Amino acid sequence: MARITLHNLAHSYLSNPAAEADFALKRMNHVWEDGGAYALLGSSGCGKTTLLNIISGLLHPSEGRVLFGDRDVTDAPTADRNIAQVFQFPVVYDTMTVRDNLAFPLRNRGRDAAYVAERVQAIARMIGMEDALGRKAKGLTADAKQKISLGRGMVREDVNAILFDEPLTVIDPHMKWELRTQLKTLHREFGHTMIYVTHDQTEALTFADKVVVMYDGRVVQTGTPEDLFERPAHTFVGYFIGSPGMNLFDARIEGNRAHLGDATVDLGAVYDGATAGRTQIGIRPEYAVLTAGSGLPVTIRRVEDVGRHRLVRAETAGQPLNVVVPEGMPLGQDLTHVAFPADRINVYADDWRIEGRTA
Amino acid sequence: MEKTQNNRAWFLVLPVLVIVAFSAVIPLMTVVNYSLNDTFGNNRFFWAGLEWFEEMVTSDRLHDALGRQVLFSAIILAIEVPLGIFIALNMPKRGFWASLCLVLMALPLLIPFNVVGTIWQIFGRVDIGLLGHTLEGLGIDYNYTNDPLDAWITVIVMDVWHWTSLVALLAYAGLQSIPQAYYQAARIDQASRWAVFRYIELPKMKGVLLIAILLRFRDSFMIYTEPFVVTGGGPGNSTTFLSIDLVKMAIGQFDLGPAAAFSIMYFLVILLVSWVFYTVMTNLDREDRT
Repeated sequence: MARITLHNLAHSYLSNPAAEADFALKRMNHVWEDGGAYALLGSSGCGKTTLLNIISGLLHPSEGRVLFGDRDVTDAPTADRNIAQVFQFPVVYDTMTVRDNLAFPLRNRGRDAAYVAERVQAIARMIGMEDALGRKAKGLTADAKQKISLGRGMVREDVNAILFDEPLTVIDPHMKWELRTQLKTLHREFGHTMIYVTHDQTEALTFADKVVVMYDGRVVQTGTPEDLFERPAHTFVGYFIGSPGMNLFDARIEGNRAHLGDATVDLGAVYDGATAGRTQIGIRPEYAVLTAGSGLPVTIRRVEDVGRHRLVRAETAGQPLNVVVPEGMPLGQDLTHVAFPADRINVYADDWRIEGRTA
Repeated sequence: MEKTQNNRAWFLVLPVLVIVAFSAVIPLMTVVNYSLNDTFGNNRFFWAGLEWFEEMVTSDRLHDALGRQVLFSAIILAIEVPLGIFIALNMPKRGFWASLCLVLMALPLLIPFNVVGTIWQIFGRVDIGLLGHTLEGLGIDYNYTNDPLDAWITVIVMDVWHWTSLVALLAYAGLQSIPQAYYQAARIDQASRWAVFRYIELPKMKGVLLIAILLRFRDSFMIYTEPFVVTGGGPGNSTTFLSIDLVKMAIGQFDLGPAAAFSIMYFLVILLVSWVFYTVMTNLDREDRT
């Protein structure tokens, strides 16, 4: 096990990348601490899988180095890195039984039969396939095959890291939850570094201690689920995390005030750096409050009851707005305004969050 | 509900019946007719029953030809299938070189059979052939016209040259259809090259390889033109395979009755083997789908 360091890493699928747009992975420095449970979150095509394949050595980066501990493994083949990776779609060795599939990575490393048998049994229990060990892998459902792939990823105890590339896509929802819990348990038990790629925020937030959000080939924020929710470092994080995402308004920032058209919002801090470029303010739907008079005038378009709370689709200062209204609160005709608590507002200049200065 | 009965519907299958009759049934029945009768020309036939079949089943000449045929098919399958797989594994996967390889590999398959025979007939000649003359110059005693072993080697090498491409191309197609994820998983699992072949490539190629083996078995079992052009079945009868023998019997000796009985048995053997292959393949397919 080791800390994984990505040093000045960049990758392009073109042979002669020139412009920054040619890079699937923009230049980055990142450290995956030993024993961390990370979720790598981002929309499709943002470079998550590329990053994972570079770590496991399936892909050689165009630029930069990959270090496991102090050892530079940039040019080391996958087999030398002692790393496990589970892919999005099941990969099983058709002609082998479930048992042989699970034992395959261990046997390739020449482990003795007694140890292999014991590990296979333990993993089979974990993925709930003890009864199917003697079966040919071929005839199994996609679900079961993916469980085998997961099992093969977890069967080695001494791996440097386990990489999961959206491993639960083909698994049905009930089993998904179950397996995620198992992965958590496994992590607590063995303390492997785990990197879990997903575009499902629930999956990311439940699995990981630290969530790494990628956008357009870049890591835009690394933090605890709470950080990502309260202080999204980039508008993409605000929009991507949360359901629905953060409300973002184009606004003109002047000192401690934001101007949305004719209306003004108090920001509670002074933002000097936000004068040029595109400036926005963001507030979570959970924190916007409908009021009878204070704040900005609002036009309510629609109310959706989503169970635990209601979601109000509205419009203020000519821009769309979502407000989460707790259950039980009456939605009367008198709610004509919306207030943004100053400490819940994030300010963005050209999509990046800026810190205010308390005046 | 009352089912509509209309026998005129049979007319709809008439075209198929006519086509099949002319393309298969009538020619085949002609052969059946010859195999059960004796004729001395003038279209006069005398009933012979199963006499020709009995004669053929017990004929040493046919047994020898069959033995040579089976040996030939076995040897070329044993060479062409592994060699074809080996070539396919080592061909470039994409880009210019892949296209070039494919074109070069396909070339021998496009040459007419008797031209292949002629090429090798000349190529192997000791007096003027590049191969034969070179071998002689190297002090190797090679002459396919009077040494049975040399004749066999020549015919086998010719077949390998002509047909290995087919196996290679089919195996290559099978390999190309394997998703990258399998190779990646194998690298993660630290599988050896042999394990990758044994557990990923071979299982995924199984379907196309069976087709390749079936095609190569069938074609080699019916081979006629190429060895006939090169050796004419000789020296002696050493390269007289079933088809060559059949033609000698039917056209050379004009023994139409025995030749017809021979043809029918020959046909049944190939039909039987093809049926076995077909059954195996459909069973494998069904297994794949469950």
